[in-house]
Amino acid sequence: MRHQRRRLTAVAVAVAVIAALAAACSSAPPGPPVLTWYINPDDGGQAEIAARCTAASGGRYSIVTSTLPRQASEQRQQLVRRLAANDSSIDIMSIDPPYVPEFAQAGFLAPMPPAVEAAAREDRVPSSIEASTWQGRLVVVPFWANTQLLWYRKSAVAQMGIDMNAPVTWDQIIQAASRARTQIAAQGVRGESLTVWVNALIESSGGSIITNVGEENPELVQLGLNAPPGLEAARVLQTYGDAGVAPPGFPTADEDTNAESFQSGSAAFMVNYPFIWGKAKSAVEEGTLPQSVPDDYGWTIYPRTSPDRPSAPPLGGINLGVGAFSNHPDLAYDATTCITSPENSAYYFVSNGNPSSRISVFSDPEVVAEFPMAPTIRDSLTQAAPRPQTAYYAEVSGGIQRTFHPPDAVVPGPTNEAATALITAVLRKEALL
Amino acid sequence: MSTTLDRPTSAVDPTRDGALNEKTKAERRLGWYLAGPAFVVMLLVTAYPIVQAVFDSLFDYRLTDPENSSFVGLGNYGVILTDPVWWTSFGVTAFITVVTVAVELVLGFGLALVMLNALRGLRPVLRTVILIPYAVITVVSAFAWQFAFSVDSGFVNSWFSWIPGVTAETDWLGTQGLSLFVICLAEIWKTTPFISLLLLAGLAQVPDVLQEAAKVDGATWFQRLRRVTLPNMKAAIMVAVLFRTLDAFRVFDSVFVMTAGANSTETVSFLAYRQTIERVEIGLGSAVSVLLFLSVVLISALFIKGFKVDLSQARGE
Repeated sequence: MRHQRRRLTAVAVAVAVIAALAAACSSAPPGPPVLTWYINPDDGGQAEIAARCTAASGGRYSIVTSTLPRQASEQRQQLVRRLAANDSSIDIMSIDPPYVPEFAQAGFLAPMPPAVEAAAREDRVPSSIEASTWQGRLVVVPFWANTQLLWYRKSAVAQMGIDMNAPVTWDQIIQAASRARTQIAAQGVRGESLTVWVNALIESSGGSIITNVGEENPELVQLGLNAPPGLEAARVLQTYGDAGVAPPGFPTADEDTNAESFQSGSAAFMVNYPFIWGKAKSAVEEGTLPQSVPDDYGWTIYPRTSPDRPSAPPLGGINLGVGAFSNHPDLAYDATTCITSPENSAYYFVSNGNPSSRISVFSDPEVVAEFPMAPTIRDSLTQAAPRPQTAYYAEVSGGIQRTFHPPDAVVPGPTNEAATALITAVLRKEALL
Repeated sequence: MSTTLDRPTSAVDPTRDGALNEKTKAERRLGWYLAGPAFVVMLLVTAYPIVQAVFDSLFDYRLTDPENSSFVGLGNYGVILTDPVWWTSFGVTAFITVVTVAVELVLGFGLALVMLNALRGLRPVLRTVILIPYAVITVVSAFAWQFAFSVDSGFVNSWFSWIPGVTAETDWLGTQGLSLFVICLAEIWKTTPFISLLLLAGLAQVPDVLQEAAKVDGATWFQRLRRVTLPNMKAAIMVAVLFRTLDAFRVFDSVFVMTAGANSTETVSFLAYRQTIERVEIGLGSAVSVLLFLSVVLISALFIKGFKVDLSQARGE
């Protein structure tokens, strides 16, 4: 008898708990639909834009942000795993450009309404449109676009007899730095930044890592690493390594490490993103850096690989995708139009230092006052080339990182062949990575 | 985990008189009632994922490209076993396992002896102190060791600069040998308490009568250790070594935090993680996981059959 009563009590408790949980899940919150925007960590700019667009929507929707991990590869992992499980909580997501084809190919992105597409194509730098396209269709909305410039210390370069107003080549600056016994800071760490560098060198010589972009079948992807532009890229890396102009700790040097060595003056040249300008300026504001240092910063377009061909600088940034399983794809696309408006893009550039994908923003007086190199960034973005577009980007990039590291030990020919063999085997699922 | 200990070696032999008496039946029923729920949960959370992984491992299946998925039979296993990357990871894992378990066994035995022979009043304090590292979450301990050994923020290089070869620029996590040294050190620090606790249980089982008899016969301390203590706690040592070996073979956290698999420090479980989670190649990753699982099964079988130890002794029956 007593047993039975106890059992009944247990069942009743269980039923009550389940009922409570079900009620909590099924009841929709009152008010306008809530759009969740998965953002990469920044200095608070995306959260502010979310608040602005919520206000601007006039009560049609409200946007909340959810922060992804710091590394782009980890952001991709989390989004991919959620989307593979048909997560409907992903309305808008900030995607690193090289992963766009993978998301599009997997059907993770909601189809873009024609009106949104027309707006998204307007006033954009060409490279950001290219990086947002998969198989001829615009699949994500370009938000901001990043690129690397060639930075130099005016005082050091003045004595080198090299004209920085004209386009320079890698060979020229390597020679000049070697003669002046100074360094060229570049990203040598075994990471995504290495693929960025190798890709820029190959694209600057007129080649591509993947020659048949858009191929769906990984086994049919063709690599251009062994072609003359690939060999030329390897030759530049070899020259750079042999000249002894790499900074100390080069095999583990990333963008932040290099910003430090450029700021300290040990490197007279550096290829890096414009965030280093904001970094130097806030150091001045904090009183840890004299104003004379950023005053000594010069900038120009990314170095050429061959003298008679314009360089193809690296392209980064963030594009906005709308989740295929979102309950409000139309509202989410509306929101992307607001997020990428000229005003919000300019705000994001000035406050967070992230350049816009919109051409007009670069002539915004506020932007130019804060970032005097804005016109150079715009020009760089105009001739920039995206990283290889493939649904198997992680494999291609991982293969390059494994074979081209350390970059100062690259041998033109053997390194290219090793990279081609490894990536081909990995894409055919004949090797681990 | 304790299933290996639960072999039916009860005092009553059911075949002896053909029928079970009422008491035995009731005991058995009670046994199922007590173990049943845990057994069902184990089936759900252990057996099901294992079967799923074996099934997935037969396919070329990528999470982001389900359309190009196809049945490849044992193809994934062929790819893995012919790839030097697998064998490097396997070698690194075996190295970490052998080194850490060997060192931990010696250290753990010493600590167990200290705990056993400590003054009665000191014992609780001592046990707590020894157990603290085991209570620290592995990721946290890995970060602590990484910070200690890092070139820019660590203290190791300045504290130990008197050792030849250690300078301010020694990059502990920059080469394979040194990275493995730090990883092993972190693992040993973290799990020696576990092994010493298991060994303490074994030490406590050695009958005092035997020790006293040996003492009366004039045996030295070392002779008693070799002839009385160790043979009587063989089962406990076995259990301790087996559990730690299985654990060590699946090492992941320390490698993930300290080197992220750089400088050829990738272990088998890290390899499985990279194929499954990073590359989202579910088929290939599952095959690596199944191979890891088979390695662990093989180790257990070798230990249990190879050393012919009756594990039920560990229960003190």
